[in-house]
Amino acid sequence: MVKKIYFQSIFFSFFFIKEAFAAESGGMPQLNPEFWVSQIFWLILTFGIMYLVLSKLILPKISNNLESRKSQILENIEAAEKQRKDSDAKLKEYDEIISKSKLEANSIFNQARAKALKDIGAKREVLDKQIDNEIAEAEKEIVSLRKNAPDKINKIAIETSSELLQKLIGADVNNSSISAIVDDLSKRNGDKYYGN
Amino acid sequence: MAANPMSQFDVYRIGPEIKVGAFDISFTNASLFMILSTVSILLIFNLGSKKNSILPNKIQLLSELSYTFVSKMISDTAGSKAKPYFAFIFSLFMFVLFCNMFGMIPYTFTVTSHIIVTFVLAAFIFIGVTVIGFIKHGFGYLKLFVPSGVPAVLLPLIVVIEIISYLSRPISLSVRLFANMMAGHTMMKVFGGFVISLGIVGGWLPLSFSVALTGLEILVAFLQAYVFAILTCIYLNDALNLHH
Repeated sequence: MVKKIYFQSIFFSFFFIKEAFAAESGGMPQLNPEFWVSQIFWLILTFGIMYLVLSKLILPKISNNLESRKSQILENIEAAEKQRKDSDAKLKEYDEIISKSKLEANSIFNQARAKALKDIGAKREVLDKQIDNEIAEAEKEIVSLRKNAPDKINKIAIETSSELLQKLIGADVNNSSISAIVDDLSKRNGDKYYGN
Repeated sequence: MAANPMSQFDVYRIGPEIKVGAFDISFTNASLFMILSTVSILLIFNLGSKKNSILPNKIQLLSELSYTFVSKMISDTAGSKAKPYFAFIFSLFMFVLFCNMFGMIPYTFTVTSHIIVTFVLAAFIFIGVTVIGFIKHGFGYLKLFVPSGVPAVLLPLIVVIEIISYLSRPISLSVRLFANMMAGHTMMKVFGGFVISLGIVGGWLPLSFSVALTGLEILVAFLQAYVFAILTCIYLNDALNLHH
């Protein structure tokens, strides 16, 4: 409803506008030659001065600025290109040095490793020999100990049995007779006690 | 008076009447806006060319962009031979552009909305181009009116048409700019008048038209300056590189 009134009022108001403008129409001021000469004069004057100043002073300066900027930018690009090449070469050099030193380090490491392995081998041989010697000695000792052990045991057995007999019987017993018995026993049962 | 959409084109005297012989060369509002346009052009481009820094500031960028824009336009349409006329076409483009743009400010006067101004510019271009053509090619310039590859039967007709179209160049050039400017400004004034007369109820529709028209007119102001300059380039191209 409001919309309808709005558009109606617009529509109807066009009739009144036409009358309002029609009251004072006076043709085109452009076609009134009163100020034509003045306009031509001022146009030539202002445009001429502007053209002279622009062409003689300002435009050469702008073109100069543009040219100098262009050449400067080109120079800078050239310099940058040169520096880039330099840095590329340096980078290559650096890479070479790095790879060389890596190789060197590798060889040093390998050498050190070989040397250490050699050292370890020699030391191990010496140690092995020493250990072998000691083992042999120990075995010898064991063997001798084993040889001596029955005699000692016999002796102890004789002594203990003589003391036992003394306490049991209350009389001295000849050691030699005991030892004969022990010897006899040990010979008979020796394998049973010391057998391996 | 204010309601008349044509009253904005009235030229009136500012200050005393100046007469040289029989001619009235009084300072008018048109003269004022011509001076304003040229002074602002010179000011902007002077500021823009003063310092030459590698990284241009805004005004320098503006002037250099305008320079490259116009120089590209000329080299695209008229080739490298048109280089000596660069300053003239640059001034022409800037003058028309600034006059058009100054006209877009409310209560100002649009210099280019007067047929006499645009006609003087167009006539100067026409005469200049014709003189350049005859200097460069002598009477060979008349070959412009005889296109190649036309059947002999049609030739008389074609030559007449070519001559008429050549002679109507200053008229079409001047009327195009003048009519565009006048029509646009009149239309804006009319719609502005509608806003007032329809009041708070009905004024919104013409107001929105007015807003849209303002944008359109700014576009037209630039476009007409561009068209004026590029047509000058094309005429110059005909005179410099005769290829018929």
